[in-house]
Amino acid sequence: MALYGCEKSPTASQDASGDLVVRIGASAPLTGPQAHLGKDNENGTRMAIDDANAKGIMIGGRKAHFELISEDDQADPKTATIVAQKLVDDKVNGVIGHLNSGTTIPAAKIYSDNGIPQISPSATAVAYTAQGFKTAFRVMANDAQQGHVLGEYATKNLGAKRIAVIDDRTAYGQGLADQFIKSAEANGAKIVAHEYTTDKAMDFTAVLTAVKGKKPDLLFYGGMDAQSGPMVKQLKALALKTKFMTGDGGYTPEFIRLAGDAAEGSYASLPGVPLDKMPGGKAFAERFSAKYGPIQLYAPYCYDAVNVMIAAMQKAGSADPAKYLPSLADITYDGVTAKIQFDAKGDLKGGAVTLYQVQHGKWQPLETLGVAKAAN
Amino acid sequence: MDIFLQQIINGLVQGSVYALVALGYTMVYGILGLINFAHGEVVMIGAMLALSSLKVLLGLGASPLLALPISVALAMLGCMLLGYGIERIAYRPLRHAPRLAPLITAIGVSIVLQNLAMMIWGREYHAFPQLITNTPHNVGGAIINNIQITIFILALAIMAGLMAVVHRTRLGRAMRAVAENQHAAQLMGVNINRVISITFMLGSGLAAIAGVMVSANYGLAHYYMGFILGLKAFTAAVLGGIGNLRGAMLGGLLLGLIESLGAGYVGGLTGGFFGSNYQDVFAFFVLIAVLVFRPSGLLGERLAERA
Repeated sequence: MALYGCEKSPTASQDASGDLVVRIGASAPLTGPQAHLGKDNENGTRMAIDDANAKGIMIGGRKAHFELISEDDQADPKTATIVAQKLVDDKVNGVIGHLNSGTTIPAAKIYSDNGIPQISPSATAVAYTAQGFKTAFRVMANDAQQGHVLGEYATKNLGAKRIAVIDDRTAYGQGLADQFIKSAEANGAKIVAHEYTTDKAMDFTAVLTAVKGKKPDLLFYGGMDAQSGPMVKQLKALALKTKFMTGDGGYTPEFIRLAGDAAEGSYASLPGVPLDKMPGGKAFAERFSAKYGPIQLYAPYCYDAVNVMIAAMQKAGSADPAKYLPSLADITYDGVTAKIQFDAKGDLKGGAVTLYQVQHGKWQPLETLGVAKAAN
Repeated sequence: MDIFLQQIINGLVQGSVYALVALGYTMVYGILGLINFAHGEVVMIGAMLALSSLKVLLGLGASPLLALPISVALAMLGCMLLGYGIERIAYRPLRHAPRLAPLITAIGVSIVLQNLAMMIWGREYHAFPQLITNTPHNVGGAIINNIQITIFILALAIMAGLMAVVHRTRLGRAMRAVAENQHAAQLMGVNINRVISITFMLGSGLAAIAGVMVSANYGLAHYYMGFILGLKAFTAAVLGGIGNLRGAMLGGLLLGLIESLGAGYVGGLTGGFFGSNYQDVFAFFVLIAVLVFRPSGLLGERLAERA
C-alpha cells in the first residue's frame, strides 16, 4: 500500500496568496415572514467576518482570510437539513446558525455527524443542546430560563391570575409556551386557554375570540414578531383588554411597526442584558446601524458567535474543526452581548434574561432577572 | 352567546373577502374552463399597489379620505392591466392547447408574480396605514369595527353590481353566450377575445379590491399573502359550484363561517384533540365532504347561470 505525501486537512485550504482560507457557514430564513430577522443575522455575521478580515487575524502563524457562505433555510426544518448538508459539502470550518429552534435542532445532527462546530445565535429550545452533540453551542439563554423568568414576571410582578396561551406549534414557540406554562402554574396562575396558530398565519380573530370567551387577564404568545405584531393589533380591534406578553421572538422594532398603536404596553423578554449596558455593546450598535440600519434582533449574537469561533481557532492555532472544537468548548470570551462561556452541554453559562415593555412606541428595558442562575 | 355572535361576524367579514376573490376564479372558469391559479397573486399585487400609492399620496400630504379611493382606483387599474396581460401572454396562445398546458402556465405566472413582488417590495411584512378609524362598536356583546362594516357592505354591493352586469347588460349577455358556446357566440358576432379580456379585467379588479380589504383589515401586506388566500378562494368557488357566480358568493361566506366557527369551537368539542391550529384543515375537510357527496358543488354548475 503506497503512502501518499503529507495530507492536507480536508477543510483548510489556501488561496493564491498563500493565506489560510476559513469558510464560515451561516444559515437563517432569508425569504418568508422571518426574512427581516434572517437578513439581520446575516448582516451581524458578515460584519464580524469583515472585521476579522480587516484586522488580519493570524491562525497558527498564518494569515487567515474568512469567507461567508450564507444559505436560506426558509425557517423550514426540512430545508434546514438540506442546507446543512450543502454547507458540509462546501467544507465549511464552522457554522453560525440556524436562527430558529425548529431548524437548528435537525441540522445539528448533520453538523455533529461531520464534526463541524455549530454556534446558534438564537435557537433557544431546550432540546437543541439536549441531543448530546459535542459540536452544538449557543450564545443565548435557553427557553427553560426564559420561560421561567417570563412565568414568574407575569404572575408576581404583573399579578396575572387567569392566563391564556397561544403558540405557533414550532419547536421554539411550543417549547417556550410549555416552559412559560410550567412556571406560571407553579406560581399559582390558572391557564384558562391554550390555543394554536402557525408561523405563517395572519388572521387570528377566530382564535382570539375563543380566548376572549375565557376572560384572561394576560395573554402569552410563543412565536415570532410576524405573528405577534398583527395579533396585538387584532386583540385591540376585538376590544380584548388583557396584558400581552411574548418572548424574544417579539422583541423587535418590526413588532411595534406591525402592531402600530396597539403595541403600547406589550411585554417581551430577551436573553442577555440590554446591549447598551454591555461594554462594547453601544459601539457595536452604532457601527451596525450605520452600515445596515437598525438592529432587528439577533445581529449582535451572530457577531459574538463568529468572534467566539475565531477566538477558539486562534487559541487552538488551527481552523481544523477537530482541532479547535476542544478550545471552543472551554473558551472564555468577552462579547458584545455577554461574557461567553459554555457549559458541558454547549449552553451559555449563567444566562441573564431582560424584560422589556413598549413605552411611547419603543422597547424599554424593565428589569434583568436570573443573572446568576446556571443554565439547565 | 356574545362569543358565538363574534365568531359569526368574524366569519362573515372573512367570507365576504373570500367571495370576492372566488368570483374571479369562477368567472374565468365559467368562460374558459380554466383555473387561473395566478389569481391569488393578483390580489397580492393589488394590495401592494394600493400600499405604494397610499404611501406616496399620504407623503404628499393628501387627506386619508381622498388618498384611499385614489389608491384603490389605481390598484384596480393596475390589476386590470395585469389581468389583461396575463391572459394575453400566458393563456391566449394556449387556448386550443391541451388543458394541462394553461394550468401549468398559470402556476408559472403565479411564481413569477410572487418573485417579482418580492424583488419590488422586499421580503418584509408591510404595515398597511390605518385610514378608517378603528373604533369598535358593540353589537350585543360582539365587537365590530368600521373597517369590517365597510368590507362587508362593500363586498355585498360589488357582488350585486356584478350580478347586474352579467344579467342585465349587453356585455353580460356576451359573457354568458361565450360561456355557453364559444363558436356559436363567435358566429353570432360576439368578439370572443374582447369578452375574455374583459372578464379577466373584471376579475382582476375585484381581486385588487379584495387585496386592499385584507390588508386594511389586518393592517398587513406581504409578497406571498396571495397564495393561501387564492387557495381558500378557489376552495370557496369549488364549494359553491365552480363557474356559478351565486355559488362563489355562497361558498365564500360559508367558508369564512366554517373557518371561524371551526377554530373557535372544535378545540373545545374534541377536548383539545383538534386545536385551533387546524383552522385551515376544517375548510379543506368540508371541501372534500362536499366533493364526495355533491361533486358539482353546493349550487351546481348551472350552465345558463354561469358567466
